[in-house]
Amino acid sequence: MLWGPAANYRFMGQTLTEKILARHAGLERVEPGQIINARVDLVLANELSAAVAIGVMRNIKGASRVFDNEKIALVEDHFVPAKDAQSAKLAKLMKDFAKEQNIKHFFDVGRGGIEHVVLPEEGLVAPGELIVGGDSHTCTYGALGAFATGMGSTDIAAAFVLGEVWLKVPSTIKIVYSGTLSEMVVAKDLMLKTVGMLGIDGATYRAIEYHGSTVDALSITGRITMANMAIEAGAKNGIFHADEKAIAYVTERTDRPFTVEHSDANARYERVLEINVDDLEPQVACPHTPDNVHPISEVTRDEISLDQVFIGSCTNGYIEDLRIVAKILDGKKIASNLRVIVNPGSQKVWMQAAEEGILTKLAAAGCAVNTPGCGACFGGHMGTLGDGERCMSTTNRNYVGRMGSPKAEVYLGSPATCAASALAGKIADPRALDLVGV
Amino acid sequence: MEKQLRGRAHKYGKNVDTDVIIPGKYCNIIDTVELGKHALEGIDPEYTSKMKPGDIIVADTNFGCGSSREVAPIAIKGSGTSAVIAKSFARIFYRNSLNIGLPIFESAEAVDGIAPGDEVELEPATGVIRNLTKGTTFQAAAFPPFMQSLIEAGGLQPYVERRLAEMSASTN
Ligand code: SF4
Repeated sequence: MLWGPAANYRFMGQTLTEKILARHAGLERVEPGQIINARVDLVLANELSAAVAIGVMRNIKGASRVFDNEKIALVEDHFVPAKDAQSAKLAKLMKDFAKEQNIKHFFDVGRGGIEHVVLPEEGLVAPGELIVGGDSHTCTYGALGAFATGMGSTDIAAAFVLGEVWLKVPSTIKIVYSGTLSEMVVAKDLMLKTVGMLGIDGATYRAIEYHGSTVDALSITGRITMANMAIEAGAKNGIFHADEKAIAYVTERTDRPFTVEHSDANARYERVLEINVDDLEPQVACPHTPDNVHPISEVTRDEISLDQVFIGSCTNGYIEDLRIVAKILDGKKIASNLRVIVNPGSQKVWMQAAEEGILTKLAAAGCAVNTPGCGACFGGHMGTLGDGERCMSTTNRNYVGRMGSPKAEVYLGSPATCAASALAGKIADPRALDLVGV
Repeated sequence: MEKQLRGRAHKYGKNVDTDVIIPGKYCNIIDTVELGKHALEGIDPEYTSKMKPGDIIVADTNFGCGSSREVAPIAIKGSGTSAVIAKSFARIFYRNSLNIGLPIFESAEAVDGIAPGDEVELEPATGVIRNLTKGTTFQAAAFPPFMQSLIEAGGLQPYVERRLAEMSASTN
């Protein structure tokens, strides 16, 4: 341990986040605010963060090799297939590095997809693990009970060579969800509601711990959507307890042993928030911050016509999401005033969607189906918005310029809301759809 | 570390996010100077043409929220901006700034006490902020001791080199 404040709550229990951090720091217990040196189980980078990290690593004296070639994951996803020569250069830089360092988990175009979709899918995330990544949405892995947080490239370079990181132990905000989600109201709506309540800096430096019967009933994909957007409230990590569902998901994908822990009954929380979802409507984050969240009935009071609908990203690019969209669009045509762009989250999701006939249904409805990757989510390519354009999107951020022009507008919603809007040509309530059995 | 930084203030509001600091489309650039040409382009396309080397960005709460892109503080540094003063910083941006050596100062009073165009002088070592135009002085929040030691060591790189040496000594 490097430095820590006087522990005055030595007799309190520990939260899940604190237990994972303590174990990785080789300590009995840790306290919020304490600075620790923690061992990492996996270090992640994409071609953008890796390019900078590799440059930094080359400058570190005595650092010629990564700490463990099996504990690093490198995923090409942001600007690939390379949109231009400069992007190709970064992708190649990472690929060459992977080869030089004999990195086991390197995912080239066509063999991976979006990093946060790929890692859980490939069994690279397990409960109780500590994962750092050169991408802010690394917090996604909390869905499976891991402590996972995003960092910049210099920190990632340090983790590449040391296999450890310094961390400030966050205090924890506990959120307890109760009630049953109505038809067409999904995990995305729950999380948008949460970000709206917390505000975009409401959980800065904090851990978010998700609890309650509503989230117990969610699928792993639903939990992934929620953990993914913890950063949208500024959180360091978002975490679920690994239940049978999570353990089954992980053991289907890896034989690696892992540790399942639970927050103590007398754990110390900075704040406890209770959210009842019985009357929750689909939610929409309006421009230009992810916390500008309103219920759909309010948003649709105005006619908000659209130029683009985007389905994809590490928040909602999963097979479950595509199934909902395909069900809504099946046999119909998208409105003539807009385009719909779909990026399945990974190669596996793409293949599954192909097998289920989803891709054909989407294409027949008039959607452009892309190869897996981040694409338009961050305004990189494959659906960048122009001046004055408006987009309804399943992604996680809608800051000015996020998807292209600073003069464009981005609204965030669930796959169901986006699909309903694609049919209507304007932002629409998915509950108003006349769909038997959807 | 520079002893003193001095420049004119450019003021922005709260939640200046990484998408406006360096829009996604430029994130495939790794050259510092090239990145610097697009600093703050999403919020103020004129910024790089109107600012002079040494100038200072002054902003409200949650500066640098959003993505973990380290090119955000790199772009600001690359533009010739000498420092950022804000009421608060987003977590990853804060850490990245320290790692790449962009001086950052946290002080709500200073932000409220500085108007656009004011001449400001900063002492990174002490956190003292002087508004030379108005003749007022402010004190930025101190860095936590561990970060102070990182800064004094010259950033994360020397720290990593020391840890590496310790590790190889203990395994030999
Ligand atoms: S899909 Fe979007 S949010 Fe997710 S990693 Fe890619 S750019 Fe980031």
